[in-house]
Amino acid sequence: MSETDTRTTEETARRPGRERGREDGKFGRYGGQYVPEALMPAISELTDAYERYVLDNEDGFVDEFRERLADFGGRPTPLQRADRLSERYDRDVYLKREDLLHGGAHKLNNALGQVLLAKYMGKERIIAETGAGQHGTATAMAAAHLDMPCTVYMGERDINRQRPNVFRMKLNGSEVKPVTTGRGTLKEAISETMRDWAETVEDTHYVIGSIVGPHPFPVMVRDFQAIISEEAREQAIEKTGGLPTDVVACAGGGSNTMGTFAEFVDDESVALRAVEAGGSTLEVDEEAGVAPNSASLYAGDEGVLHGARTKLLQDSDGQIMESHSISSGLDYAGVGPELAYLVDEGRVEPVAVDDDAALEGFHRLSSTEGIIPALETAHAFGFLEEHHEELGERVVVNVSGRGDKDLDAAIEETDKRDVDGAPDMSMFTGGI
Amino acid sequence: MADADNSEAIAAAFADGPAFVPYLVAGDPDESASTAYVEALDRGGADVIELGLPFSEPIAEGSTIQEALVRSLDAGMTPDRFFAFAEGLDVDAALVCMTYYNLVYQYGSGEARSASNASGDAASTGPRPFVERAAAAGIEGLVVPDLPAEEADPLREACDEFGLDLVFIVAPTTRGDRLDRIMANVSGYVYVQARLGTTGARDDVSDQTTASLGRLREYDVPKAVGFGISTGDHAERIVAGGADGVIVGSALVDVVAEGASEDLPTAEVADRLEALARELKEGAERGYRSRTETVESA
Repeated sequence: MSETDTRTTEETARRPGRERGREDGKFGRYGGQYVPEALMPAISELTDAYERYVLDNEDGFVDEFRERLADFGGRPTPLQRADRLSERYDRDVYLKREDLLHGGAHKLNNALGQVLLAKYMGKERIIAETGAGQHGTATAMAAAHLDMPCTVYMGERDINRQRPNVFRMKLNGSEVKPVTTGRGTLKEAISETMRDWAETVEDTHYVIGSIVGPHPFPVMVRDFQAIISEEAREQAIEKTGGLPTDVVACAGGGSNTMGTFAEFVDDESVALRAVEAGGSTLEVDEEAGVAPNSASLYAGDEGVLHGARTKLLQDSDGQIMESHSISSGLDYAGVGPELAYLVDEGRVEPVAVDDDAALEGFHRLSSTEGIIPALETAHAFGFLEEHHEELGERVVVNVSGRGDKDLDAAIEETDKRDVDGAPDMSMFTGGI
Repeated sequence: MADADNSEAIAAAFADGPAFVPYLVAGDPDESASTAYVEALDRGGADVIELGLPFSEPIAEGSTIQEALVRSLDAGMTPDRFFAFAEGLDVDAALVCMTYYNLVYQYGSGEARSASNASGDAASTGPRPFVERAAAAGIEGLVVPDLPAEEADPLREACDEFGLDLVFIVAPTTRGDRLDRIMANVSGYVYVQARLGTTGARDDVSDQTTASLGRLREYDVPKAVGFGISTGDHAERIVAGGADGVIVGSALVDVVAEGASEDLPTAEVADRLEALARELKEGAERGYRSRTETVESA
């Protein structure tokens, strides 16, 4: 029996490890509410609803959320020992299997929480943005499950990269609106969704997909995702008799990262490692306004974007750079303010893994453990390969999502490279 | 109000009759044409001119202005070039810079980062260098749509130090404590958002405007209404309804966009802008006269 088993729902929601940012949305110098005035009343209303329903379990919100996560979502997800990887790296490697959550990624934890909250608030419509499509898919599923109309904004470029997820969203009854401004990726989709919200705040809730945006989104999304570390911590104690030495998670906006870290932040013996997309290089082409990576924790500077002060990939004037990653789910120029704060405090170590190492991680986990990871997740396994000697004896890696959505991209990227361990497809001339 | 008299030029613009406040993106579609366009608005009767300094993620703007911001960025606009652009203008109207907080906050950060790397301290610049440079360039005020009053203290202090007004936007949904907090920080004029949503020309004038002006009646600061005003008739109705000024952006930016897409001569586009500015200014004056006459007859 772990120490957390005896806590009530209310005590769990009010865990001290999650107090950061709840008071005023500030994490040291990061966070805040930098949004157009038209959105401020909606944000005040959401803050009030977050405090009442999520923190104080008014009307049994948290109980219903947990029940739906179990019955509809399939929680808890397992903490599985990865035998081949453990042997390869000569230490115990455990996988938190968020890829087994309904929809195939951790995203459902947050989407279900927010759509349910919107319902409790009396909202009539859901909007969301998506990059890789996982958040849009999770929101579309949650909206269908809870019978709410839903519109998802998605960059035109991402639509072309992630057609299966577009189809899934439409299957679930959501409208998918292409965003053609800029480069047509996640940051443009976020801006477009904020514009929709500015016009429709009175009856619409914007389901932000990560721990980014104005307060209360960073704390609220963290609280919904913290179920990952809550389970992982209990499961680690039950299975191994103690805490892990290291917890590893990939980081784009940071929702799976913070969800995986939240319950371990106060466990000072546990090293927390956020693995960012190093892209093709960590060098930046300031003149072209392009960062060929998405490593804003590792390489970004403080600034204000999409409602919060945080670490950003930006030029010296403050214009936001176009980011890059082999994984469209990590392709974002900012990161959650709480992670930026924890990095400054030295509690979280940011590391960058490049496209090549991530792709090798994708193939390695697939061939050694029978788990095809999302390309986002594959970055964490690229880190494991490169840095396992620096880690302790018991490592937990969050498998944030499954790789079905990424097969087209993985085939295309594999064809460009000589990837160690990749399948030889040359004899299959008919194509797949 | 924080310090309603920071800029005498803006105070003067609202002192005698309604103020016409046009908006254009500086450097749209290029700096030379843009200079001619801004000066045309001045000839057409502008009292205050809002100049957009483009940011890559303009979340408060609709598509018309967003595309203008992209044209300007593509033509090479930067904060330093913006200030040089403002210095080179030959206009009587007071100039206000409208931009997003990251640009204000980052200005001068390159030097600060170099210094902080040398000293080992965290880089921290804040808004002061931007405001100091804006003041030197002849800018009289700032509008920063993604900076709520709660986060505005550093910028408010810098604006007071250098004599700039800090204009805040009040939305149809702004009420109670939030309204008080904004009005405690505003100076120059308050930007009354005529309806919910983002910027963009509309065919009608929202009823939300009347309600917003009613809530603001007790505050002693000029009220300029923007979002959706595109004709002299709109301007007349807005001012007749109690506004002290009208702000017009997208309808003017549309003229610039048409000039850019059809490759029209700069002088022709400038003439169109001047004519539309005059129509809007005259509309505002008609509205003011009808309001004054109504008051006198009562």
